Amino acid sequence: MRLRCPICGERDRREFYYQGAAVMLDRPAPDAGEAAWDNYLHLRENPAGDLEEVWSHDAGCGAWLKVTRNVSTHEIKSVELAREVKQ
Amino acid sequence: MADLIAKTPLDSMEPVTIGTCTVTEANLGTLTSIAPYAGAKIADTFKTAHGMAWPAPNRATGKDGARAIWFGRDMVLLAGPDPDAGLAKHAALTDQSDAWTAVTLGGADAEAVLARLIPLDLSPANFKRGHTARTQIQHMTGSVTRIGADTFLLLVFRSMAGTLLHDLERAMASVAVRG
Amino acid sequence: MRVEGKGLIDRKQRLSFRFDGRTYHGFAGDTLASALLANDVRHVARSFKYHRPRGILTAGSEEPNALVTIGRGPATDPNVRATVQELYDGLEARSQNAWPSLGFDVLSINDLAAPFLGAGFYYKTFMWPRAFWEKVYEPFIRRAAGLGALGGEKDADHYEKAYAFCDVLVIGAGPAGLMAAWTAAQAGAQVILADEDSRMGGRLNAETLTIDDKPGADWAADMVSKLAAMDNVRLMPRTTVTGAHDGGTFGALERVSHHVNGVPPGGVKETFWRIVAKRSILAAGAIERHIAFQNNDRPGIMAAGAVRAYLNRFGVSAGKAVTVFANNDDAHRTAMDLQDAGVHIAAVIDSRKDAQALGDYRLMSGAIVTGAEGRKGLEAIRVTTATGTEKIATDCLAVSGGWNPTVHMTCHMNGRPTWDERIASFVPTPGAIPGMETAGACNGAFSTASCLSEGVAAARSSLDALGMTAPDIKIPQADDSNYALEPLWAVPGKGRAWLDFQNDVSVKDVKQAAQENFTSVEHMKRYTTQGMATDQGKNSNVAALALLADATGRGIPETGTTTFRPPYTPVALAALGAGAQGKGFAPERKTTSHAASVAAGAPMIEAGLWYRPSHFPLPDEKTWRQSCDREVGWVRNAVGICDVSTLGKIDIQGPDAAKLLDFVYTNMFSTLKENRVRYGLMLREDGHLMDDGTTARLGENHYVMTTTTAAAGQVMRHLEFVTQALHPEWDVRIMSVTEQWAQFAVAGPKSRELLNGLLDDAIDDSKWPFMSCGPVTVQGVKGRLFRISFSGEHAYELAVPSRYGDSLFRLLVARAESLGGGAYGMEALNVLRIEKGFITHSEIDGRVTAQDIGMARMLSEKKDFIGATMAQRPGLTEAGRAQLVGLKPVGPVKQLTAGAHIYTDGAEPVAEHDQGYVTSVGFSPTLGHFIGLGFVTDGLSRHGDVLNMVDHVRGIQTRVELCDPVFFDPKGERTRG
Repeated sequence: MRLRCPICGERDRREFYYQGAAVMLDRPAPDAGEAAWDNYLHLRENPAGDLEEVWSHDAGCGAWLKVTRNVSTHEIKSVELAREVKQ
Repeated sequence: MADLIAKTPLDSMEPVTIGTCTVTEANLGTLTSIAPYAGAKIADTFKTAHGMAWPAPNRATGKDGARAIWFGRDMVLLAGPDPDAGLAKHAALTDQSDAWTAVTLGGADAEAVLARLIPLDLSPANFKRGHTARTQIQHMTGSVTRIGADTFLLLVFRSMAGTLLHDLERAMASVAVRG
Repeated sequence: MRVEGKGLIDRKQRLSFRFDGRTYHGFAGDTLASALLANDVRHVARSFKYHRPRGILTAGSEEPNALVTIGRGPATDPNVRATVQELYDGLEARSQNAWPSLGFDVLSINDLAAPFLGAGFYYKTFMWPRAFWEKVYEPFIRRAAGLGALGGEKDADHYEKAYAFCDVLVIGAGPAGLMAAWTAAQAGAQVILADEDSRMGGRLNAETLTIDDKPGADWAADMVSKLAAMDNVRLMPRTTVTGAHDGGTFGALERVSHHVNGVPPGGVKETFWRIVAKRSILAAGAIERHIAFQNNDRPGIMAAGAVRAYLNRFGVSAGKAVTVFANNDDAHRTAMDLQDAGVHIAAVIDSRKDAQALGDYRLMSGAIVTGAEGRKGLEAIRVTTATGTEKIATDCLAVSGGWNPTVHMTCHMNGRPTWDERIASFVPTPGAIPGMETAGACNGAFSTASCLSEGVAAARSSLDALGMTAPDIKIPQADDSNYALEPLWAVPGKGRAWLDFQNDVSVKDVKQAAQENFTSVEHMKRYTTQGMATDQGKNSNVAALALLADATGRGIPETGTTTFRPPYTPVALAALGAGAQGKGFAPERKTTSHAASVAAGAPMIEAGLWYRPSHFPLPDEKTWRQSCDREVGWVRNAVGICDVSTLGKIDIQGPDAAKLLDFVYTNMFSTLKENRVRYGLMLREDGHLMDDGTTARLGENHYVMTTTTAAAGQVMRHLEFVTQALHPEWDVRIMSVTEQWAQFAVAGPKSRELLNGLLDDAIDDSKWPFMSCGPVTVQGVKGRLFRISFSGEHAYELAVPSRYGDSLFRLLVARAESLGGGAYGMEALNVLRIEKGFITHSEIDGRVTAQDIGMARMLSEKKDFIGATMAQRPGLTEAGRAQLVGLKPVGPVKQLTAGAHIYTDGAEPVAEHDQGYVTSVGFSPTLGHFIGLGFVTDGLSRHGDVLNMVDHVRGIQTRVELCDPVFFDPKGERTRG
């Protein structure tokens, strides 16, 4: 599998570190309540289709990425810099 | 009292030639990572101070003795001169002079040797002189820059100097045997 | 036997080789199989289960029978297909799966016991009595069944991995592949053309067909040399593309040194390539299928196309009186070519009633072969026609049941092939692999002309997709004859008729599977073993599922195929693990003091990728414990030196540096004064401890963080996540400086004295109190000094740029020795920290909270930080959690062991009485007994309790008293003094 890092270009997936669902980009406020924190840390969708994920280009530029990937076909729909998604 | 003696990562080894390729420990001078602060306009200051362009991602500028190598997200490695003091207000400067093992790999088969270690298309059409990449070198993370028609500059962590040499020698031998 | 005037071999280069101890001769350009046939060696193997005599069936990588072992000792290669093994001078091959010899094989008795060994036999026959399975049946089956054996010695040869990139990858260099590569290359695309054969050309090398009035093999050779001359083309012969993977990545195995006698020094045996292609063209050809009839597996019965290949490419006739049995026109070429070469054709048997002869040979149309005679080599066949049965003497029967397109690669990403009635076989489903076109025989286009034109068309589509302009390519003139066949999978009749030769699966086995309700093709495969092992049923899959379809009353498309998975042909594990042998397994990280430590006799131990000294033995010391005790004593009483460079060091700069630290640490760092150091705890967001360490403030907006050796990478990634993904608005820059600094602990009551002879400016306690830091110069070299302690003694850490590390370490050790101390290693470092109750990742193992280690007070309530919210959830704060305690032995047994569990005193040491576990232990020479750290339920409030430590693995039971984890100098007077 290959991912197109917005900074480095297309690279082999071995250069990347997989973290998990992109839910973790949206950290709740400290007082958001149990449900929000439970959702942030533990509850995950498991679709047989597109999933938003976070990866790190660990062996490359070091950028954290938001990747939309079809987990059935491994088709990569989009790769964005986490920093830009957040700004 | 004895003076502290400086040692290079590969302890000033003699160049190693196998087949058409030679690996040589490179003395790049001072290495400084330059990470510009938010909104900093560093390009002009850098150009004025060091006489070379601030490199875009995946590019290196300058020449032997003074290079600016893109070194990751929002970071450039200045190799050669001490950094101009004026840069400090635009960027975080960190001395990296002793943190990296630097070697050059040169020779007609250099691309073939690196094809055994680096998961990138380093053909001249794709990776021209002045192109650089942060990537994997076998199991190590490192930096590769084309500095000549058939010469590459490779950097890995200082502590991995022996492994870099081992991996290069193995690949050089394999390519040399194929002829 | 050789046929004069035929073949692409070099008759001037005569090669000597051995098979089963006998010496034979062949020529350069031969495969082992062609050389054996040239020497009239027909019986080359025994089958897997019934040990039936087998000969060479095919001329390609699909060969199910002719598996041999090449070489000896560490270079032994089992299960090599003789059909792809190129001949070299001195080659030594042995047959497999026969004892005591190929000719007389004791286990061929299995063949007589066949009624008991049919499909699913191992699910039935060996079921009773139960206890016999492990002791009797399984050992018997393992000995009886199987392929070749490994040499048993470590493989001394090297293998490597490599990467290649291209615009267009063409898989297969037959007429379609050559035209595709040529077309793409003319357009200027970067082209890789890979073929598993040593000689490119595919079937053109095996046929007498012409292209543009030139012999096909010559046309192919011309194309190959024209392609080889182009800069944008890379030819990869001897390279099997083994799998199609995500994102245009292909695996490919190159057999680099199998065609020479031994791997040359420095060379590799195989290279496993990862080829990244923007587009790919599959031109993998087709594989001929057999027809099932009684004893259709006798040596001498071969694929018709293979018989042609041996004649036309290798100049070998597979027999002296050849018969042909087919259901299609194509096989008639075998008769024509042999006859032209002067070989006698005894008969051509065609199952089609309307079959026409292409030449002057005896044609028996509407006839079938119903049996074969000659156990170790074919002697005669029985042919049944409408009028009766005739016996025909023959030593070679060339069989063709038609051709199956090699669709395998198109199914590697979950695709399923499509049934094509026209050729009674499966063809690729378009789009099954993104970016892949298919062309030629693998696409069901069997004539040479259609292969050539499909090759061009596939290249055109690929070039269009790449945005490149396809050049005008003239398609050469070639044979365009129609491929006509009438399906025939198995002839009716008694006796065992074989489908899968490698696994001894017969027509009856497939029918039996259906009868026993294993009607899904995947179930049938597993029940009968059809399609397993090295050939994966390349010759038999389609026939087997056609018979299954028939037996279950379904059509073939509904029956479907089993799943084709990579690799296309077997790949040695050594190739997949290439580059990871020996020192290639992982990088070795060495500190600057490595050489000096090794020279001092220190055994080096691995800490992650780092190598660190265990201890520094003196000549009179027999055990590591003696060295360790002595080194601990040095630090407690004089001064010790330890390399701590492996700890992660992260430079943090910028206006928001303090904000970042306050957010990732549980305690405050914005309040830390410049030139001061503070200990910090870092949590994961789920409230558990991630890491601990000290951070120094070097300037208003400049900190340097220290992590543990183990978590350095994880913490760096974490900081990147926080600054990029959670708070990109913060203006802060982080950079690893672990490798920039060589850092040494100088620990012990004489540490200040040691430094004051070394630093350019003397230090004193008022300017350098505990937890201070700042710049120093060491003989003119700019360094950093930190007054921090991991030993509980008055101590410092001195850092200099790494180039001076070796020199400084030697200097520090020499000075320490003159003060009654010296270097200490990891063992002493561990004992020193356990004596002080300092934690490492032995304690913070991912399940532990700040509260668990008695550091709840470090969870600031004045700010938000990573883990703050979840650290307060009930599960992490309520009573009953395992908490950090010190452990000391109080009974007759004095030993503590890490990993042991702690049980209620006097209770049986079983899970329900479990109270906790031991994480770290050491013998404290300072206290004169073992001490340990561990986690015990509510341990913080149970100091003084006596419990039972039990190490079930080592068989040790020790009564232990829970105590404060700080065993030594609990008030920290030595550290601060």
